[in-house]
Amino acid sequence: MSMPRHIIADGLWNNNQALVALLGLCPLLAVSSTLVNGLGLGLATTAVLVASNTTVSLIRHWISPQIRLPVFVLVIASFVTAVELAMNAWFHDLYKILGIFIPLIVTNCTIVGRAEAFASRNRVPHAALDGLAMGTGFTLVLVVLGGLRELIGQGTLFSGAELMFGEGARDWFVSLGDGYQGLILAILPPGAFFGLGLLIALKYLIDKRLEARARRRAEAAAAAPQAAGAQG
Amino acid sequence: MSDAPASPLRQALMSALTLGLFGILGAALVAATWSLTAERIAYNERQAFLRNVYKLVPRDRITNNLLEDVITLRDSQLSPEPLQVYRARQGDRPLAVVYSPIETPGYAGPIRLMVAVLADGTLGGVRVLSHSETPGLGDRIDEQKSDWILSFSGKSLGHPPLEKWKVKKDGGVFDQFTGATITPRKVVEAVRRTLLHFRAHRDELFSRPAQPLETTEAHS
Repeated sequence: MSMPRHIIADGLWNNNQALVALLGLCPLLAVSSTLVNGLGLGLATTAVLVASNTTVSLIRHWISPQIRLPVFVLVIASFVTAVELAMNAWFHDLYKILGIFIPLIVTNCTIVGRAEAFASRNRVPHAALDGLAMGTGFTLVLVVLGGLRELIGQGTLFSGAELMFGEGARDWFVSLGDGYQGLILAILPPGAFFGLGLLIALKYLIDKRLEARARRRAEAAAAAPQAAGAQG
Repeated sequence: MSDAPASPLRQALMSALTLGLFGILGAALVAATWSLTAERIAYNERQAFLRNVYKLVPRDRITNNLLEDVITLRDSQLSPEPLQVYRARQGDRPLAVVYSPIETPGYAGPIRLMVAVLADGTLGGVRVLSHSETPGLGDRIDEQKSDWILSFSGKSLGHPPLEKWKVKKDGGVFDQFTGATITPRKVVEAVRRTLLHFRAHRDELFSRPAQPLETTEAHS
């Protein structure tokens, strides 16, 4: 697999930061109560990841190993503050909902993790792509988990979409109807743990299936030349 | 020469300088973003505040700039922190005051309210500014989650009578929520205290000279 394809596959699936590395759980669990909240925090995290990975890769030759971590933290904290201010300015209503969780992006271990494990050892384009792929993978998990919890917990989807996409997005709102009482557990913090646990289990099952299929193919491929050899 | 290991002192100095440099660069990035966004953020906050006010006080009757016509109160009955009272006027006639924020301890943390009282003592309405009540239970005080908070509009100290300013469970007229009595009880009590404060201080509230807030940042 080529490097860029490898990076993308890692970020979205093989080394998904939320499902495999289990990093960044604090913001993940706290914010995933609705689909739109999850998407908002996911995009903010992705923006920070791309910016910090790019910066860390740019400066990787000038930073001595002893001080690399404090420098990474400085870089990340600066970008998070900038993203926080920008959200407050341009997505004010969404900011009011996500407000206290945006600064928490600093504590998302994914970001310092990617800076240390990838960006500080790779060229700038690859580092930026890694940030984008890891951020997108994290965002997808947030969106799926947020959507699940919103649907089960309050019987809606896309509530609050207008905060992010403008008034037109009100039409996206989906409701199971007033008859659905909602399972409050899904919105409460334990619901986040159950939901994430189910997603991790699902990924594991899918991986097992894929692995089994790949093994059968490999066996079939190995068997074919042998059969041909026996005949020859 | 360049192959010789740098002395520990020199190394430490270089590290300190690099760290200092990145501190300055980071601060510069934040400062630049701040200067680009500060005005817009202050504008957003004013607009968000006014949008809430206009839901509670008839917009077409307000003739003054109530963001400037504001006084600060210190009253631990209403809020542990100093709170603002914005005055809305129609020409010279007092129209309404907006208390913001009224703070009361909820079930899971402080609940902050905006309470608008019209000049005749009836409630323009109440809105929840922030809270941390249990999702699905206490959070129905939020306008986004249920219509409960709208039931205050038009009520006053005589309607219902003062002793009925309680949730139904305590013998009053206000609904509680299934599984959450504390939250609505606290909100009803806080609104009642605000109305009592207005009745006792009405003329003073409208006549005290305005003390505009120094900057919007200090307010937020």
